[in-house]
Amino acid sequence: MQVFFFHLMPYAALDPATETTHDSAWVTLPNSYFDPAIGADLYNNYMDQLEAADALGFDGIGVNEHHQTAYGIMPSPIVVASALARRTKNAKIAILGSALPLRNHPLTLAEEHAMIDVITRGRLITGMVRGIGAEYHSFGRNPTESHDRFHEAHDLIIQAWTQPGPTSFEGKYYDVRYVNLWPKPYQKPHPPIWIPSQGSRETIDWAAHPDRRYTYLQTFSPAAAVAKYLALYREVAGGYGYEATDDQLGWAVPVYVGADDESARREAKPHIEAFRRRFLRMTNEMLLPPGYTSLASMRGIFAAKRQAILSDGNDMDGLIASGMFICGGPETVAAALTRHHETMGFRQLLVMLQFGTLPHNMTMANLERFAKQVMPKLKPLSETRATAA
Amino acid sequence: MASPEPASVPINGCDVAYRRAGSGPTLLYLHGAGGAYDWAPFLARLAETHDVVVPEHPGFGRSGTPAWLDGIEDLAYYVLEFADALDLRDVHVVGSSLGGWIAMEAAVRGFPRMRSLTLSCSAGVRARGVATGDPFLWNRAQQFRAVLHDQAMAEAAIAREPTPEQIEIELKNRYAFARVAWEPRLHNPNLKKWLHRIRVPTQLLWGANDRLLPVGHGEEIARLIPGAVLRTIPDCGHLPQIEKAEAWVAAVAGFIAEH
Repeated sequence: MQVFFFHLMPYAALDPATETTHDSAWVTLPNSYFDPAIGADLYNNYMDQLEAADALGFDGIGVNEHHQTAYGIMPSPIVVASALARRTKNAKIAILGSALPLRNHPLTLAEEHAMIDVITRGRLITGMVRGIGAEYHSFGRNPTESHDRFHEAHDLIIQAWTQPGPTSFEGKYYDVRYVNLWPKPYQKPHPPIWIPSQGSRETIDWAAHPDRRYTYLQTFSPAAAVAKYLALYREVAGGYGYEATDDQLGWAVPVYVGADDESARREAKPHIEAFRRRFLRMTNEMLLPPGYTSLASMRGIFAAKRQAILSDGNDMDGLIASGMFICGGPETVAAALTRHHETMGFRQLLVMLQFGTLPHNMTMANLERFAKQVMPKLKPLSETRATAA
Repeated sequence: MASPEPASVPINGCDVAYRRAGSGPTLLYLHGAGGAYDWAPFLARLAETHDVVVPEHPGFGRSGTPAWLDGIEDLAYYVLEFADALDLRDVHVVGSSLGGWIAMEAAVRGFPRMRSLTLSCSAGVRARGVATGDPFLWNRAQQFRAVLHDQAMAEAAIAREPTPEQIEIELKNRYAFARVAWEPRLHNPNLKKWLHRIRVPTQLLWGANDRLLPVGHGEEIARLIPGAVLRTIPDCGHLPQIEKAEAWVAAVAGFIAEH
């Protein structure tokens, strides 16, 4: 198994009163709640944490893009990944992901990712996402064009990375006379591509396609939903006539390791509950603007996830019971992740060791305990399902 | 009067559903973002004295959703072709909100079949400095409260549980609405430049309390279309044809009778 430390960089200092005074931590939450002096501390602490993960032997570190929200103050993961590129030595740097349709020109993304890949001598993993519904409000980008723009931007980026330039690209949204990237990426044919998603059928169909075989990452969902979507990926791959490997499957989940189960739960409780209640909040209209997903997929998301994700299950016990949060002493956490690995068969595990309001000292302790007492048990875990199937 | 049966006509490969009833001067009603799935009372009233033609725009209601539906200009050309297909003559065009925007877009492209134009709380033009509502951020209840001035009427509408069929149609309409009106939101920045090309008699009807597109937008359109007359309807929101149906129908019919 490959283990990544994945960070969202929440604005942890957000006034708890916003839970009742505002209907969302996105789009319309006034940025008067952001204090740059506090922001400076948070950014530097968070980057210290990511750098520590490299020294602690994580296979990789993951950063993330979200806009105009207290949920994550990392609108440009490129900025953070660039800084990490020079401050880390071994860890892969996974940008999970860049929101393709939100960029006016996808070639800027192709260039920036290629630069980081070259600077790090091939440590980059490129995540490609559409951006979440709320960001189509924040950027004014038309959600009904989201899928088409994503696919076209992807095709343009792959062309720029793989075909000797200059070439030209003729698309509906992007029409480029000269595609001639300087620099080209370090890795051949290009950095690995990962697709984080919350369970969209269209995304799974697309990622699993034999032309791509991109790694699919299910982001914080109940374990049953993760199992369902990872199984769906395998099924779709089977329908395409090949067997998906564990390598193509990943799961991102918040994790807290305490000295023992009791203290872990006591310590994590306020911070994971704040994550759920304070930062993940948004209205249905923000989450699913018209056209962002197909009608069928929208119903699927509502059925499988919305209940669990945005309304119910905000208390820690519920989150632990549904497998949306892994928490306990080192033995408990290792056992839970081993069990999930056996039943789901993923090779990429992305642990969010900072979540919600979890402060710096507790995050560093969580990182240490995870790296020293849990990770050594996980890394040797090998392919499961591909051979069993 | 019973609602007329829907018919359908192919427009550039898209089956466009429409209904037609009554006799008299031809009135082409272009619906807003809410669609025209039901034969509303104001249509029945107009059909007592007019030949009322009500298409459901591509992407809305019973009509197909064509691959070519990318923006407002596609709906402008659809209206021109629809009028050709039905050979509508001396047409009095009445457009509500999104429908008014489509009417203006069609008109500036040359719409010789059009005889007069009534714009009701029309989208399409942004008046600088005049705040607009954001229909895409409103939930169903918030929408009713925002577009209707009469809050008792809004609460009554909210209390009526939609049928599964209505929910499907609302989702479909919302998709098509977003397709053409998401960005730039509810307007085309280039339209203003050519509104002087509208040479037919034009009136604007506007709810004085429209919170989605406040009357300042009507003032801007009236300034740009030569000879256009703006009439505000007091104690009324974005849908005067529903909230003040009597006054609205009288204003539409009166204007058509004059022209």
